[in-house]
Amino acid sequence: MSIDLLLFFVLATVAVIAALGMLFSRNAVYSALFLILNFATVAVFFLLLGAPFIAMAQVTVYAGAIMVLFLFVIMLLGAERVEGRHRGGWQRPVAVLLTIVLLVESGYLIFVRSDLVGAVAPVASNYASPEAIGELLFSDYLLPFEITSVLLLAAMVGVIVLTKEEKLLREHTDVMENGKEEARSPQGAGGK
Amino acid sequence: MVPVSYYFALSAILFALGALGVLIRRNAIIIFMSVELMLNAANLLFVAFARMYEALQGQIYVFFVIAVAAAEVAVGLAIIVAIFRTKKSIDIDEMSSLKG
Amino acid sequence: MDAFNLVPWIILFPVIGLVLNAAIGRRIGERGSALIAIAASAGSLVISVMQYLALSAHPEGAVVYLADWIGIGALNVPWAFRVDTLSVTMMLVVSGVGTLIHIYAAGYMHFDVRYKEDPGSYARFFVYLNLFIAAMMILVSGDSYLTLFVGWEGVGLCSYLLIGFWYQRNPDGNKGIMNSLAAKKAMLVNRIGDFGLLLAVFMIFWAFGSLNFDEVLPHAETVAPWVIMFITLAMLLGVTGKSAQLPLYVWLPDAMAGPTPVSALIHAATMVTAGVYLVARSAPLFAAVPAAQTTVAFVGALTAFFAATIAVGQYDIKKVLAYSTISQLGFMVAAVGMGAFVAGMFHLVTHAFFKALLFLGSGSVILALERAHHVQETLSNPKHKKKGHTHFDPQDMRVMGGLRKPIRLTFWVYTIGALGLAGIPPLAGFFSKDEILADAWIENPLVFLLLIAAAFLTAFYVGRQLLLVFFGSPRSQPADKAVESPAIITIPLIALAALVVIGGLINLPGWHPFTNWLAHTLGEELAEPTEFNFFVALLATVFALIAFYLAWIFYGRTPLAEKQVDPLKQRLGRVFTGMENKWWVDEFYAWLIVRPYKRFAGFLADTIDWKFLHDWVHDSAVVNTFRWFARFLANPVDLGVIDGIANGLAKSATGLARGLSFFQTGFVRNYALVTFLGVVIMLGYLVFSS
Repeated sequence: MSIDLLLFFVLATVAVIAALGMLFSRNAVYSALFLILNFATVAVFFLLLGAPFIAMAQVTVYAGAIMVLFLFVIMLLGAERVEGRHRGGWQRPVAVLLTIVLLVESGYLIFVRSDLVGAVAPVASNYASPEAIGELLFSDYLLPFEITSVLLLAAMVGVIVLTKEEKLLREHTDVMENGKEEARSPQGAGGK
Repeated sequence: MVPVSYYFALSAILFALGALGVLIRRNAIIIFMSVELMLNAANLLFVAFARMYEALQGQIYVFFVIAVAAAEVAVGLAIIVAIFRTKKSIDIDEMSSLKG
Repeated sequence: MDAFNLVPWIILFPVIGLVLNAAIGRRIGERGSALIAIAASAGSLVISVMQYLALSAHPEGAVVYLADWIGIGALNVPWAFRVDTLSVTMMLVVSGVGTLIHIYAAGYMHFDVRYKEDPGSYARFFVYLNLFIAAMMILVSGDSYLTLFVGWEGVGLCSYLLIGFWYQRNPDGNKGIMNSLAAKKAMLVNRIGDFGLLLAVFMIFWAFGSLNFDEVLPHAETVAPWVIMFITLAMLLGVTGKSAQLPLYVWLPDAMAGPTPVSALIHAATMVTAGVYLVARSAPLFAAVPAAQTTVAFVGALTAFFAATIAVGQYDIKKVLAYSTISQLGFMVAAVGMGAFVAGMFHLVTHAFFKALLFLGSGSVILALERAHHVQETLSNPKHKKKGHTHFDPQDMRVMGGLRKPIRLTFWVYTIGALGLAGIPPLAGFFSKDEILADAWIENPLVFLLLIAAAFLTAFYVGRQLLLVFFGSPRSQPADKAVESPAIITIPLIALAALVVIGGLINLPGWHPFTNWLAHTLGEELAEPTEFNFFVALLATVFALIAFYLAWIFYGRTPLAEKQVDPLKQRLGRVFTGMENKWWVDEFYAWLIVRPYKRFAGFLADTIDWKFLHDWVHDSAVVNTFRWFARFLANPVDLGVIDGIANGLAKSATGLARGLSFFQTGFVRNYALVTFLGVVIMLGYLVFSS
């Protein structure tokens, strides 16, 4: 057993346990934390696979920004605990069954049907360096890159619109009604 | 070296777990997180293939996936917040208005 | 010859006239209608005269072919005109007397449409009159038995139309349906005769293979005698119908319901003579079977006597003339029955003259009385209240009397006609009647007896009529105040009177122009000139004078007073009653034929048609079956099957929907599960199948 293999199995175990922990945790915050652990593990995997830039991006964006956002919302909504039994008791066993089937299929695909059983060749140190990524990003994939920025803008606008308080709308309505009153009688708007 | 198929297998397991989470949990946010897990598994697969074929395109795709995932999480959470305001709950079993 | 080719115009002129009158007759007024009709008839006369002149130069005649008509297998009947002396004689009589009567009618109908309160019918009358001329011309000018039959039917139709001209009135002028009934009677009785003629036509075709005169008549000898016997007897049936002989004469007296010009033209001068013409035309056929000839002669003689007896007891002026016509037709039929075809045709011509004159004259008398009556009505009823309309029959001789003073001209022409009818020399009637009597004296003594007796009675009732109408004193107010008719009426009367006077010259004994004329068609054998028999002539004249004397005794010496019973009644008693009542022949026919027939028709109508067909078959059988079938279709089929299918489809759709809605739980997780299931399946398929 080489060190890489050992490292791989250890990390894989951690990742899977973290995923399971996320799934079966009763507390949503615990789930989020487990997920962060998972992400971190996967980031290490990225490093092992020779993708340093991506690993950093994973940690920064996913674990750093997205999961923090998750935690914010969990706190905001007070969704730490969800009680009650769930209806439709047949859902769970069927879902588990289907998952197992999927795993079996995937396993079949990977180990029986493919011929990629072998190690990979080593690569240069600057194989997937930021420079290389950046070079590719700004030449071949310039358009998607720019559109992604537009996408992010759209997401921002959408979020703002979706989370707008209803109170503001009510104020708007009051102003409209007051405006009407003013039109009917020269007296200014009375009390609220 | 680690055979790249092991990475495939790991990705499959993580994906399956993420799918299971979507189907089993009732908390909308947990479900969302399971979706993120699935995306992550896909990313891992991409990078593994990129390594195998020594093509950087795979990593570029991951880059974009991460960016889109971020945008998607933002909007999705905003929706959940908006739903919470009316329903006062994020139990997806209570959001059954489409029942026919 | 060119003139021969003009012969179709004898039909075309009246047809054009009637079409014009039918189309625009109402709009152009009485004068216009009358002019068109008279011109049409006169045109026909002109053509007839031209045919006569052409024939004088070429006496053998001609056949003018117009068009093919029927060509079926062996039967080939073209539309052809036969111009020979016999047909031209008829043409001249029809168009000549016809034109005079048209002129008369122009004036007569002017008054009549006003008395019947229907001025719009004036044009219609002339349409029918021209139609009659056309049909009669078709009859006499046809070259085959079939064209003759067409004309035969055509004049029958015109007779119907004209007898029932005032179809909503009775003969006495009041409202009713008697005129229509008279027309119907004429049509139906004639039908029986037509049936006989049609049988004869069929037999002719069967025996001779053709219907054209040229192909039938010369070969009369070649066909078996019993066939000819059948043909001629069937023809005789037609003759008794159309020419009003025993037993089918009963329609003619009723036909007096029509306006007087109609009686004159159709029922005296022309249509009724069609039968005589038929026999004359078929002379070879009759000559071939002497037994048939004898039958014809006896039918004619018996009719002559029988009708004369009835004429003695009639009070209506036109009825007397009607029975007189029947009687004289009997003379003609007897003549042709004895083989004296020329004598028969001669009497036909002279009879046309004096009978038309008598009828038109009677019309003038009736008109004079009507006008006087209406003047009287207006004076006593200034506001024209119809309720005060007194019952006055202007045709009844018992309300006439002493009319020779107010209506002088009518009196004189009427007398001429009457003397002609009675057979007083030297008027035309004498010569023609005498020729018949002379022939009878030789051929058949029994027929002679009947005919001389009829001649005696003829003179008697003629004298009776003259005395009752014109002599004595007026028996009613209108008779006293009668007015002479206008010129348009009296001029044709004068013309006819002239013809009666000189008509004898047509076949003066010793000279015989008419016999020679007809010999061209009939052949020398059948058109033998009759020797003038002085004894017979003297006998007839003496009898006529005795009859006049007797009439004077009863009616002239002590003229009939108002409301007095006929003096002859006291003398003859029951015999006179029989004469008065026409020997109850109509009643006999009604009992024998009409009533059983009506009962049979009623039976068929009520029992069979109504009860059986309508009630049972229709209501019970058909309707019930239909209803059962409809109910069957409605309930089991429509409600059960069809509705079942429709409702079933709907129910299954709802059931399916309800079943499927089970899947719409509304839970997102379930949807996600199903999606995942789909993914797994697809993946499995892709993985394990390739």
